[in-house]
Parts: sequence; C-alpha cells; structure tokens
Amino acid sequence: MLARLGHRLLAGLAVVLGVVTLTFLLLHAAPGDPVDIMLGPTATAEQLAAQRRALGLDQPLPRQFATWVGRSARGDWGTSIATGRPVAAMLGNAWPATARLVVLSLILSYLIGLAVGALQAARSGSRLDTLLSVVSVTLFGIPGYWLGLMLVLVFTYWARLLPAFGIAGLDSDYLQGTSLLVDRLRHLALPLVTLTLIGIGGAARFVRGAMLETLSQPFITTAWAKGLTARRVVGRHALRNALTPVVILLGLSLPALFSGAVFVETVFAWPGVGRVLVEAVKARDYPVVMAATAVSAVLVVAGNVLADVLAAWLDPRVRSGEAAQ
Amino acid sequence: MTRPWLLRDRRGAFGVLILIVFVACAIAAPLVTNGEPTVQRDIVATRFVPPLSRDVNGVFHPIGTDRFGRDVWTRLVYGARVSMGVGVLAVLVAVILGVVVGALAGYWRGPLSVALLALTDFALALPRVVLLLLLAALWQPSTLLVVAVLGLTGWMGIARLVHGEVRSLAARPFVEGAVAVGARRLRILARHILPNALTPVIVAAALGVGNAIVLEAGLSYLGLGVQAPTPSWGNMITSGSDTLVNAPWVAIAPGVALVLVVVACTLLGDALRDVLDPNVRG
Repeated sequence: MLARLGHRLLAGLAVVLGVVTLTFLLLHAAPGDPVDIMLGPTATAEQLAAQRRALGLDQPLPRQFATWVGRSARGDWGTSIATGRPVAAMLGNAWPATARLVVLSLILSYLIGLAVGALQAARSGSRLDTLLSVVSVTLFGIPGYWLGLMLVLVFTYWARLLPAFGIAGLDSDYLQGTSLLVDRLRHLALPLVTLTLIGIGGAARFVRGAMLETLSQPFITTAWAKGLTARRVVGRHALRNALTPVVILLGLSLPALFSGAVFVETVFAWPGVGRVLVEAVKARDYPVVMAATAVSAVLVVAGNVLADVLAAWLDPRVRSGEAAQ
Repeated sequence: MTRPWLLRDRRGAFGVLILIVFVACAIAAPLVTNGEPTVQRDIVATRFVPPLSRDVNGVFHPIGTDRFGRDVWTRLVYGARVSMGVGVLAVLVAVILGVVVGALAGYWRGPLSVALLALTDFALALPRVVLLLLLAALWQPSTLLVVAVLGLTGWMGIARLVHGEVRSLAARPFVEGAVAVGARRLRILARHILPNALTPVIVAAALGVGNAIVLEAGLSYLGLGVQAPTPSWGNMITSGSDTLVNAPWVAIAPGVALVLVVVACTLLGDALRDVLDPNVRG
C-alpha cells in the first residue's frame, strides 16, 4: 500500500514538473510578452529593454526556468508583473474562495447524484427512470457559464432574490454574526447551485451505470433469493459495491470541477484561482500563470491520488493489487 | 445494418432527429434565414426587437434582434455552422491523433509503445482547461486555432481505447492467420485490426462532439474563441450576457440550441454504445 502510494506520488511529481515545463515553454513561445502590455504602445525600445533586464526576461530561457524552479522550490513564487503584488499573496487570497466553492459543490453533487442514480437503477426502465435520465443528460450538457447566466436572469433580475456578483456585499465589513453569515450564503448560492447542478448530471449518469452493472451480478441474485428487502439489497449490497468506481470518478472529477469553476468564477465575479488565472493569462503575467498552473496541476494529481487511496480503502481487491476490472 | 437498430432506440432516434434538423438548417442557412448574419442597418431603430414581432421596416424576427439590430435567428443558424463545424473538426483531429497513437502503441511493442503510452498518460493528467486557456490566449484567437487546440487536448481518451482494442485484437486467431499468410504489418493493422477496433471510437467521438462544442463556447465566452462578428453560439451568449436585462432572448436562444445539440450528441453516443456493444449497459 505504502509502496503504491509512493509510486503514485512520484508519478504525480513528474506530471507537475511536466505541466510547469510545458507552461513555461508555451508562455515564452507565444508572441508578445508582459513588458509590451505593461509599458503600452508608446514605450521606446530602450525602455522596453531596460524593463526586460530588470525582470530578468533578457536571460537565456533555460536559466530563467532554472531560476523559477529554484525559487519556487524554496517557497518564493515571485512578484506579479501586472499588479506588483506577491504571487503567493494573490493565490493565498484566492484559493480559499475556490476551495469553498469546489469542495461544497463536489459533496452536494455527489450526495444528490448518488441518491438519484441509485433510485434510477432500482426503478430501471420505469417512467421515473426515463424522466430522471432526461434531466441528468440535460444537466450534463449545459455549459456552466450559460446556466449561471440563466440563474442570474431568474433569481437576480426577475425575482430580485439573490445577488449575482462577488463573494460578499458592499456593506459586509459592517455586518456581524448571523447577518454576515446570511450575506455570505446569499452570495455563495448562485455559483454553488450552478456548479452543483452540472455535477449532479455527470454523477447521476455514472452512478446509474455502475449500479445497473452491480445489480446484474450473481451475488445480488443471491441476496434477492435470501428474501432480503429491496431496500437492503439495493442500499447495502449493491450501492456499497458500486461505490468503488464512483469514488474513483469523484477524485477524477476534482480537476473537471476546477475547470468548471474557471468559467463560473468569471460569470459571478467570484474572486478565486480561476479568475486570477484568466486575468493573468490575458496579461501575460508570467509568474502568476506559472504559479496558478502549478497549483492546478497539483490539484489534478492530488485528486487522482486521493481517488486511488479511497478506492483501495473501500475495495480490498484494489488494495491487494488484483484490480477489480 | 446498424441504422434501423439505432432508430429503434428512442434516445438514438431523438438524437438523430435533433441533429438532422440542426445540420439541415445549418446547410440551408441562406434559405431559412435572411442570409445576413453580420449586417447592421439602422441600429437604433432595429435593435432589441422582442421575439415574434416586426421591426419598424416590417421585417419579421422570430427570435428578435440583438443590440446591433441583427436578426438573432439568422445569427443562430449561421452560428450553428461555426459551432458545430468547430466541434466536428476538433473531434476529427482528436480521433485521427488518438487512432494513430493508440494503434502504434498497441501494435508495435517496445520502446515506441512505452514512450507513446507515457505521453498519453501525461497528457491525460494535464488540466485541460488551463491548457486551453494558455493556448487560446497566447496566440491571436481564430477559428482554426480553436479547432487545433480542442483537437490537440482531446485525443488521449481515444488513444487509450484504441490501444486496448488493438492489443486484444492482435492476439486473435484471424490476425495470426493474416500473419501466417505473410501480410505486411501495416496492412494487417489497417485492414484487419483497426476496422474491428473502431466501435468504441465512434461512441467516444459522438460524445466528444458535444463536449467540444461546449468548450468552444466556453473559450468564445472568455473572448478567446471564435471572434466577432463571425457568429458562434459561444460569442452570441457573451454578447447576450451584456444585455441580459433588456433583451434576455439574445443569450437564451444560443444556449438552448447548444444544450439541444449537446444532449442529442450524448443520447446518440449512449444509444450507439448500447447498439454496437450489447455487453455494455448504460
């Protein structure tokens, strides 16, 4: 188990390094650099050259890369070229907002998706199953930012119930106790619902498939033959066994959720990592892009490793190395 | 042989129907619309005409007009050409790349195979949206770039599928027979193995088209995809989001079209999987 974990972590480290290298190459292969954007079209060639020298952008690429890797390994992420703020502080402020959104929607969408998928599999072929299938396929196909816009249209502009932008109201600094919490929750509502609804579609589809496969296996027939109630057969015998692929998908969907968050954060002006990344890419803000990419690569890898560990914990067959499939 | 089966599946029939309607509209765009998706006339007099009504010139607009007085229905249909075209082309690029990599890795054991598989696993672990952002934001945005970017970031799943299929097929008696009669390896791969390995690829491609359309729209939404005035569903949603309060139809219509097409692709993919491979139930 430990050797397996170590192996996965090493592979993960290689992926993160690869992502960072690729990002670096892409950034520098593209036309234009942050200094062009920073100094604007009126800057003279000398001014551009001086600024590039000051930022170390005139160094050979391998040296720039080595410098970046060396510094970030020591925890120094550098300073944002566009905003002049320390990159660590920018990401440090942004990641709790993203984590709150992504983790909550992951939990909610999987709880609801599990329930819906299990219900569908138990009533497979019924009208209810068809109806829920239509709903989950539709949710699965809706682009997050469009769903977000529609929710804003309905709940902000028409019903005037919920705020559409930001993480807190203008007056939130003066709020205390319950009213502060209410303000935060009201701002969280629309982005969270958007991400969760989309997640439910995928989760329910997958759970239904996994459950149907489990329900067709001999041990389920045995359970029925023993005269167990439907609740027990579906809930205890089938659901538990169908959980392994679901947990693996859960880990794998962490990066997908993060991707969704990039768009949803843009729609709702949510001050998270996704928005920092989008802004930084547009401004060619090298240090911020590098750091944000590294963070998201770590997230992806962590999701995969987490899924692996959870699957091993749930399923002894995976643990002992004889894969379930 | 598979077609009547596919249509007997209700999901498949629905998916095919929707796609036929959209493709027919897109092909016949000049006939079913006013044929001018980017023309702006008297902007102030003809903008924000609500759906199902006529503007000051007596021209009927089934889904109204946008803030430049352009007919939303016309832009929607011409946008279908762009969005669906981008989706299909991107998946085509992904399928070609995936089949080549998967087949090479599956049929030629050795260092090449190991290297290709490692490359696939690596590419699979990359955060796709981050990569899309980087690729699309760093170069001049264009429709062709979007196709390339979506194709280059979407081939890994298909490569894995093909790799698995090719490896298991290569051990079958009919392939050994082909080897025994002295057929060249490339011929065996192309004529005997690949045709048998394509079933899961077709399913993955059907699902992939929907996904690619959503991603294209997402990139266009961030301003990194298909550029205005060329209409794509993504940039139509973007421009509609600015006028969400006084002209919600501008953003609603392309979104509904997009969801319909993506759902149709997903249903078609599900139905195809069940029809082509009865062992898998979804």
